[in-house]
Amino acid sequence: MSGANAPAGPVDESRILAIVERHRHRDGPLLEILHEVQGALGCVPAAAVPVIARALNLSRAEVHGVVTFYHHFRSAPPGRRVLRLCRAESCQAAGSRALERHLTGRLGIGLGETTADGRITLEAVYCLGLCACSPAAMLDQEVHGRLTPDRLDALLDAGAKVKA
Amino acid sequence: MSTRVWVPRDAGALALGAEATARRLRAEARATGADIELRRNGSRGLYWLEPLVEVEGAAGRIAYGPVTEREVPDLLAAGMLQGAAHPLRIGPIEQHPWLATQQRLTFSRVGRIDPLDLGAWRAEGGGRGLARALELGPEATVNEVVESGLRGRGGAAFPTGIKWQTVQRQPPGQRYIACNADEGDSGTYSDRMLMEGDPFALIEGMAIAGIAVGATRGFVYLRVEYPHAFEVLGAAIAAARAAGLLGADLLGSGRSFDIELRLGAGAYICGEETSMLESLEGRRGEVRVRPPLPAEKGLFGAPTVVNNVITLATVPGILAGGAAAYREFGQARSRGTLPLQLAGNIRRGGLVERAFGLTVRELLEVYGGGSASGRPIRAVQIGGPLGAYLPASQFDTPLEYESLAAIGAMLGHGGVVAFDDTVDMLEMARYAMEFCAHESCGKCTPCRVGSVRGAEALDRIGRGEDRDRQIALVEELCDTMLQASLCGLGGMAPYPVLSAMKHFPEDFRRRGAGH
Ligand SMILES: Cc1cc2nc3c(=O)[nH]c(=O)nc-3n(C[C@H](O)[C@H](O)[C@H](O)COP(=O)(O)O)c2cc1C
Ligand code: SF4
Ligand code: FES
Repeated sequence: MSGANAPAGPVDESRILAIVERHRHRDGPLLEILHEVQGALGCVPAAAVPVIARALNLSRAEVHGVVTFYHHFRSAPPGRRVLRLCRAESCQAAGSRALERHLTGRLGIGLGETTADGRITLEAVYCLGLCACSPAAMLDQEVHGRLTPDRLDALLDAGAKVKA
Repeated sequence: MSTRVWVPRDAGALALGAEATARRLRAEARATGADIELRRNGSRGLYWLEPLVEVEGAAGRIAYGPVTEREVPDLLAAGMLQGAAHPLRIGPIEQHPWLATQQRLTFSRVGRIDPLDLGAWRAEGGGRGLARALELGPEATVNEVVESGLRGRGGAAFPTGIKWQTVQRQPPGQRYIACNADEGDSGTYSDRMLMEGDPFALIEGMAIAGIAVGATRGFVYLRVEYPHAFEVLGAAIAAARAAGLLGADLLGSGRSFDIELRLGAGAYICGEETSMLESLEGRRGEVRVRPPLPAEKGLFGAPTVVNNVITLATVPGILAGGAAAYREFGQARSRGTLPLQLAGNIRRGGLVERAFGLTVRELLEVYGGGSASGRPIRAVQIGGPLGAYLPASQFDTPLEYESLAAIGAMLGHGGVVAFDDTVDMLEMARYAMEFCAHESCGKCTPCRVGSVRGAEALDRIGRGEDRDRQIALVEELCDTMLQASLCGLGGMAPYPVLSAMKHFPEDFRRRGAGH
């Protein structure tokens, strides 16, 4: 994911305004804009909120309220890779609780956190529609089913080599 | 002559390695000089066999599965391209009992065609429903849907034709079709399979709805957890526009209809229709107070049809084949077919589309083949995170709206999640409360606060603290949530909790002495 570990703080206003311009013609454009900002920066930084608000003629509180309502939007950039582990019922029935313990133990972080070396962010997700292949997870945009602790380890290790 | 080989690009197949299988097939074919035409399809929904590779020959399509990348060289050497014997050979796929015993109406093309091949879609009946709707005109089209008995497949099971009638009868002006593709229920994936496997069916259904109620614009609200569906549906919308299936002049009729694809952002509550409308408008997904109904005052204040993906994708077949033919399927007030989705701890997970009426046990045993672990199935949850847990003593209940309602359960979007006897039902009850707290839109207190306190009380029960009082407290909280919540999240989250406590009381009394 681009923008990993980018310094929080000032944001490139013109880049955000360009995104706003691309979606301004739509009805109810705010979510589309936030998606594109997160796609470009890895997150929706706090500093982007007033820029978007001004451009759309909304209050800061309104934009902030939308950003924080949705679990998908992050306020800080993620690690180089993002692993989203499904925590919903079908995956629980197939062993996701054990996977979660294994992962948090191995990486030394909880869900929603990033390893100190910035290598990986662990996130919870509630169903990926892969419930016939539970337990499931998504590594960046790649889907994986019928996971075991060993298979997860192999995935993370392979990723580490490629991205090192 | 080249041999046509099919490898699914459905996300479920990809999660089991289908992309690597496709790559390896291409590479090995090149290396060995075999002449293949590699085609991509959706999944037929036999997920325990994915990646399922099909070889097209004189005798139809011969399937092999599960074909991981590693198996490819051996299969090619054994003569897979000629349909030869191999331990992974399944045989003629359409004769496989798991498929042959189904009644695939909504999913008739899924897994059989390249989802973006308009020619194949037309050859398999695509477009006939829209043509008939254009011929019939709005009134008769809505009547056809009313007559079919189709009820919404998103969860609430409201009669679709009646909803369309309400929108049709609103004062003239802008109207919208809003497709609910938020599919948040655990254990469900039929919307995803349909959008990835036959996206034109959904587009056609939306266009028919547009003609029926006089709407020229439609939105699809798709969950962000479905990037593969996003890609396929986006490409299909563009292709449909280019082919005149969408746009200013539908199939030369002079009527116009177009679709905009929008992404959700990881909020379960945005599957609730009024929350979804708020989200489509670019706001926090807070539930709206009803009335007015979305059919009267919906998206941007205009009359709006909100329907689930499967509901809309079922409409073209109803128009093409006639309401009477559709009604033939099913029983009592559950007409037609339902794509059931088998999930959780199950040996053969996948999609089973049949007329309403199959029992839970038939689904679990005949199709599912029992649990994946080989242990007894102790509980199933039907209808997602707000659905009740059923014990084995209720497995003879037919999967049909009224029969399930009679035992305090619901069919929802048709997901059935199996748990073996290692499940701790106290943990599942606690999770139901935790999930409700996590996803609450915050608008009403019973849901926002009740769910947090419910989870805390269940924690105490788990530690054996003050057990009897805490059990009574959970029951009280559930009662308040049932009575006083504004929407189904807080209003139904008690079902899994109370059913777990009722049918599996031993799991709540394991620790501590009570008092
Ligand atoms: C908490 C909650 C979540 C819901 N999630 C979905 C969903 O993900 N998809 C869906 O189609 N309907 C969902 N519904 C049902 C919708 O509110 C609505 O009834 C449905 O979209 C109408 O379409 P239909 O009549 O075609 O089923 C949900 C309802 C509630 C209360
Ligand atoms: S029940 Fe929960 S989700 Fe529904 S409106 Fe109330 S707070 Fe929001
Ligand atoms: S519950 Fe995990 S993918 Fe559906």
